[in-house]
Amino acid sequence: MSCEPWQCAEIAATKKANPIPKPEVAVAMIQRAAHPIIIAGSNLTERSMDCRLAIDFIIDLAKASNVQVVATAHMVGEFIKRGYQPAAFMNAMEIGQRVADPTWMGLDGKGHPDLVILVGMPYYMQALILSGLKHFAPTLKTMTLDNMYHVHASWSFPNASLEDWANNLKMMTSKFGGN
Amino acid sequence: MTTKNIHIKLDEMKTNSGLVKNLELSIGKIVNENYNEPMGPTPMPSVTALRDWDLKLLNKYKPFYMPDCDSCCLCTFGKCDLTAGKRGACGLDIAAQSSRIVAIACSIGAACHSAHSRHLVHHLIEKYGRRYPLDVGGLNVKVEAPITRLVTGIKPETLGDLDDVLAYVEEQITQVLAAAHTGQEANPLDFESKAFHVGMCDHIGMEVGDIAQISALNYPKAGTETPLVKLGIGSVDRTKPVVMCIGHNVVPSVGIIDYAKEQKIDENIEVVGLCCTAHDITRYYPRGRIVGPISWELRFIRAGLADVVVLDEQCVRTDAADEAAKVGSPVIAASEKNCVGFKNRTNDTTDAIVDDLISGKVKGVLILDPDKVGEVAVRVAMKIAPIRKRKNVLPSAEEVVTISKTCTQCKLCQRSCPQDLAIPVAMKAATTGDISKLTDLYEVCVGCGRCEQACPQKIMIHSLIIKAGEKAMYSEDNLCRSGSGAVSDVEIRSVGGPIVLGEIPGIIAMVGCSNYPKGGKDVYDIAREFASRRYIVVLSGCSAMAAGSYRNSEGQTIYEEFPGGFEAGGVSNVGSCVSNSHIAGAAIKVANIFAKRNLRGNYEEIADYIHNRLGAVGLAWGAYSQKAAAIGAGFWRLGVPVIVGPHGSKYRRVLLGRKEDPENWNVIDARTGETVNGGPAPEHLFNVAETKEECIVQIAKLVMRPNDTWKGRAGKLSHYIDLHKRYMGVMPNDIHLYIRTPADIPITMKDEIQKILEEHNWKETTIPDPTLLPRMVRKMKE
Repeated sequence: MSCEPWQCAEIAATKKANPIPKPEVAVAMIQRAAHPIIIAGSNLTERSMDCRLAIDFIIDLAKASNVQVVATAHMVGEFIKRGYQPAAFMNAMEIGQRVADPTWMGLDGKGHPDLVILVGMPYYMQALILSGLKHFAPTLKTMTLDNMYHVHASWSFPNASLEDWANNLKMMTSKFGGN
Repeated sequence: MTTKNIHIKLDEMKTNSGLVKNLELSIGKIVNENYNEPMGPTPMPSVTALRDWDLKLLNKYKPFYMPDCDSCCLCTFGKCDLTAGKRGACGLDIAAQSSRIVAIACSIGAACHSAHSRHLVHHLIEKYGRRYPLDVGGLNVKVEAPITRLVTGIKPETLGDLDDVLAYVEEQITQVLAAAHTGQEANPLDFESKAFHVGMCDHIGMEVGDIAQISALNYPKAGTETPLVKLGIGSVDRTKPVVMCIGHNVVPSVGIIDYAKEQKIDENIEVVGLCCTAHDITRYYPRGRIVGPISWELRFIRAGLADVVVLDEQCVRTDAADEAAKVGSPVIAASEKNCVGFKNRTNDTTDAIVDDLISGKVKGVLILDPDKVGEVAVRVAMKIAPIRKRKNVLPSAEEVVTISKTCTQCKLCQRSCPQDLAIPVAMKAATTGDISKLTDLYEVCVGCGRCEQACPQKIMIHSLIIKAGEKAMYSEDNLCRSGSGAVSDVEIRSVGGPIVLGEIPGIIAMVGCSNYPKGGKDVYDIAREFASRRYIVVLSGCSAMAAGSYRNSEGQTIYEEFPGGFEAGGVSNVGSCVSNSHIAGAAIKVANIFAKRNLRGNYEEIADYIHNRLGAVGLAWGAYSQKAAAIGAGFWRLGVPVIVGPHGSKYRRVLLGRKEDPENWNVIDARTGETVNGGPAPEHLFNVAETKEECIVQIAKLVMRPNDTWKGRAGKLSHYIDLHKRYMGVMPNDIHLYIRTPADIPITMKDEIQKILEEHNWKETTIPDPTLLPRMVRKMKE
């Protein structure tokens, strides 16, 4: 597994994401967070592994972990179609801007997120949002759950095969007590 | 016209040598007495003259920066690490650096359009004289240059008048670029304001170029139905010699067409264009062909279809000459901005140049005389076509399979692909003889060729994709409406009222480049969705080509299915890049012709009108260039919201409103002077849509304006809700923010919405006469 940016030219980072060596580490980080949220993008219905779409893995994880999900693009309908109601739906830039604003009190008004988990947007777009958060919300922790290393996150899984990606997500779900 | 030159008037002067009475002396240009409109407060605004207006917008729509890079490397103090609040050696932080990059990008774009226009104006003045009259639509157009009038206060009447206008633009671009030097501007919002300023200048630059060429080259005039012209690689007659012109500046193409016509061989040769030059070729010569956008360059050249390649300026692949050499196509570079390293042969005889190109002694030449370009291109094409015999570098179908077997599945092609296309999967399938997955890539590939650069096996991956998609490529035989240029005054009178009152739900301007996330079909789908709902859809550039490249179930292209005017349910094409100015011009003309607002030097008032009343949205779904950034910036300053596709996130910042913050949406009610809530309309000034579906919904929302009548708002909401349900799968969650009175509620959704309003503790508000300018209140009271 490589910790080079998935898109080869995406190299211009002086502060690079710490690699997540195994899914248990990601689970521990999420468990430590008081207000984690998952921001889920449009590629979740474009990518599949184990004959299931990526969105199905994220729904399993969200249900098991009780982490709130913000669906970007037109994904809200895709989640609902699968019987899962996301906490919110919002344009990716809109949620990015809110998360970068320390006065924003979160989706439920109970507190600013302290861990923002991004997954499933077009790689370059997710990279830019992570960069915006790295620079303008420097105390915020960010994580990605994709199988593509994101240099601008606080923590990122390394580049990995689809099979490893599926295994990582399944392992995370099971550690949260899900199936 | 007015000028900044010296004008002295003396009623009486006594000197030792005599008495002078009624002396009037002008140094420079003669003052135009025909332009009686009173001058507004900001003619020829300096870089800071409209800063207050910009800051009003930027306070409402705050930047969210997404730096592409953590460091700055623009001076030798650097590189400086600007991560998370660190300042560089010059003191700049990452927010200012990000906005500085935006200002620089917009300056490059504005310089590009304006230099293009400067070349056109110089050339046309040289050919037709300074006094050649401007005419963009005869009696159909009285406001011939709305942006120029609005910003500079000049009413240009001749080609020579455009000189002064461009001088203003060029100075402003220089001033903005100067501010980007190390140790100058330091504040992000000031950089943003400068980006807006240079964007406004970009619109002038574009307008100048297009009205010059419409007038002097006798393009179709406003108010006339422009013809449908051939579009697509399959529309090119491959039995004839083919001259392919790439770029944006039509001047060399005109030389080619004129020479072919003079020799009476224009029927025997194909003159095709790629990128915006193509639009302008067909405006000049309807027999010309539009091949496609920049993404089609490699396809066309590698398939051996171009016998001669003529390069002018902008969006020309910088390796086009190398690619052409591989298929034995001579290249003529025809622009000072793009000399390609070729020897300047402008002063050589055409016989000598033609001989050198035919013999292959040189692979290309630089010729800066467009008439000579014309003669050389045509003569070379006629002679070399039978020799070349469509030489190409595409592999055979069998070779595709053989070559695919050399792929090691390292995935570097996919990791280098801007679309993250699953090339390795397609290559693996091809090894078994199944090239269908490569064929699928043809539609969504943007033709950048980065996959080939990355491949350690040196596989010509793009050529494999072209070969696999060859059948689709040659079936691209469609129609585009030729560029119509300015919107006529008659059209503005017809639609001005219904737009401002909201009865026509909006103007959707689909402009710009072809860096589409999933192919051009998205552009067609979006245009068709809104035209079907009787929005006004107006296109330009590569978007106009993409929209014309697909057909409905009846076999009609979008330009056949819908009327071609600037009207409800119309799908029009204004033309090339520089024609984008007419879209901004149309908005300005609504304020002037319909609402009777003065234009001359009156920028803030007109922008305020457009921002609060005119439901226009710009969409650059495949925006990639600095020019697109500049075009966007010109719309931002007018208060028109712009959406870009996902790749547009690489412009590194968006300008977003916060709908949940009521103070964000305060406007002044011009009737009373009171500050009231106008609602989040439009919600954003610049945003990225991740998918086509989201984009459609965003557009439907962004056409709302505080001034909408209840009838207009109900109609707009009806479309917004319907599209939201269809594409997002749920009811929108912000309806309550857009309903001001019960009459705003779409009648068919009353029960459903009433319930939502109750849940949100909704309270009725008034519909304001909205303005952001306190002086407009004073004016109303007077």
